Amino acid sequence: MAENKDVIAGIVGVEPGSELAAVVAGRADIMALTQQTHDGALTPVEPGGLSHAERAALACRIAKINDDKDFEEHFEALLEKAGASGDTARIADIWFDGGNNARFKALIRHVDLVAHAPKDATRRDIELLQEAGLTDADIVRLSELVAFCSYQIRVAAGLRLMRGLA
Amino acid sequence: MSKVVHEFTTAIPEWKPYVRPLDLAEASPAQLEALKVTPSNTKVSDYVLVLAHDVETLTHRSPLFNGVMYNKGGLSRAEREIGAVGASIVNRCIYCAAVHASRYNQLTKDESVIAAIFADGTEAEISPRLKAILDFSVKLSKCPSDADASDMQALVDAGLGKDEILDLILSSSLFGWANRLMHTLGEPLAE
Repeated sequence: MAENKDVIAGIVGVEPGSELAAVVAGRADIMALTQQTHDGALTPVEPGGLSHAERAALACRIAKINDDKDFEEHFEALLEKAGASGDTARIADIWFDGGNNARFKALIRHVDLVAHAPKDATRRDIELLQEAGLTDADIVRLSELVAFCSYQIRVAAGLRLMRGLA
Repeated sequence: MSKVVHEFTTAIPEWKPYVRPLDLAEASPAQLEALKVTPSNTKVSDYVLVLAHDVETLTHRSPLFNGVMYNKGGLSRAEREIGAVGASIVNRCIYCAAVHASRYNQLTKDESVIAAIFADGTEAEISPRLKAILDFSVKLSKCPSDADASDMQALVDAGLGKDEILDLILSSSLFGWANRLMHTLGEPLAE
C-alpha cells in the first residue's frame, strides 16, 4: 500500500507548531485511522471489482459534488497515478453519465445520489447496481468509498473553519 | 408482521440489509481478523457482516468509530451523540438516529432534548450550547457543507473548547459516513 502523507493535514494546511496542530495531535489516533481508511478505500491491496482508477475517478465526482477543489485535485492526482484509460478517466467528468457503458452508468448514478442526497436512497437503488452486474461485495466497496470520502471531506471542512479561528 | 420505519424514533428498529451479509463460514482470515475488533464478539451483527465484504476499510473503521465516539477527554459522550443525531436527521437515517438519540437519553437521563429535536429539528428549544452543537452538525452534514465561520464562532461563543470542537467535527462527519452505509444498504424494521 502506498505510504501516502496525511491527506487531511495537507489539504487543511495544519501548520506544525500551531495551536490547531496541537489540538489535532490530541486525536492523532483518529487521524491515522482516517488516513489508513483512505488508503483502504482508494488504493486497496485487493480492489475486487472496482479498480483503483475507477475509485479515484468516482472520488473526483464526490469532491466536485461537495464543491471541494482541494479534494478534487487530490483525487485527480490519484487518478493519474492509477494510469486510467480514457473511458475510465471520463467518470471524473461531472457531466458524463456513463454513456453507453451500463456499468459506468450505474456506478455514476449511485455515487452521485449517495454523495449528494443519501436520504433519497432506497432498496431500488441497490437493485439497479445488482442489475448492472455488481456483486454484493462490490456494492459494499462502492458504498464505503462514497461514505468514507463524504466523511473525510467534512473533517477537512471543519478543520478549515477551525483554522480560521483566532 | 414487521414494517419499515419512516419516522424518527428512540425505539431502536431491526436493520435488514438489501445485500447478502458475509457468511462466516466463507470468511477469509483477514475478514475474521477485522470482525474481531468490533465491540461485540459474541454475536456479529448483520450490519458488520455486510461491511466485512470490504475488509480493508472495516479493519480501520471499527477502532476509528469507537475512538470518535468514546475516547477520553474532549467533548462529552452525550454531546458527541448530538453530533451523530444532527447528521442522521439531515441524511434521514432512521436507524442511526434511533440508536444515538436513545444513547443520548441514557447518558443524560433526560428525554426532553431529543423529543424537542425530533419535533422541531434545528428550531428546537434547547440550551444555547446544545443548539450551537446541533446547528453545526446539521450544517456540516449538508452536501456541500453549509457550515461557515459564523457557525464555528457560535461554538466558541457557546463555550466549547477547541478540543471539544474537533470532537464535534469528527462525530458529525463520522455519521456522514455511517448514515451513507446504514441508510443505503438496508432498512429499519419494527413490529
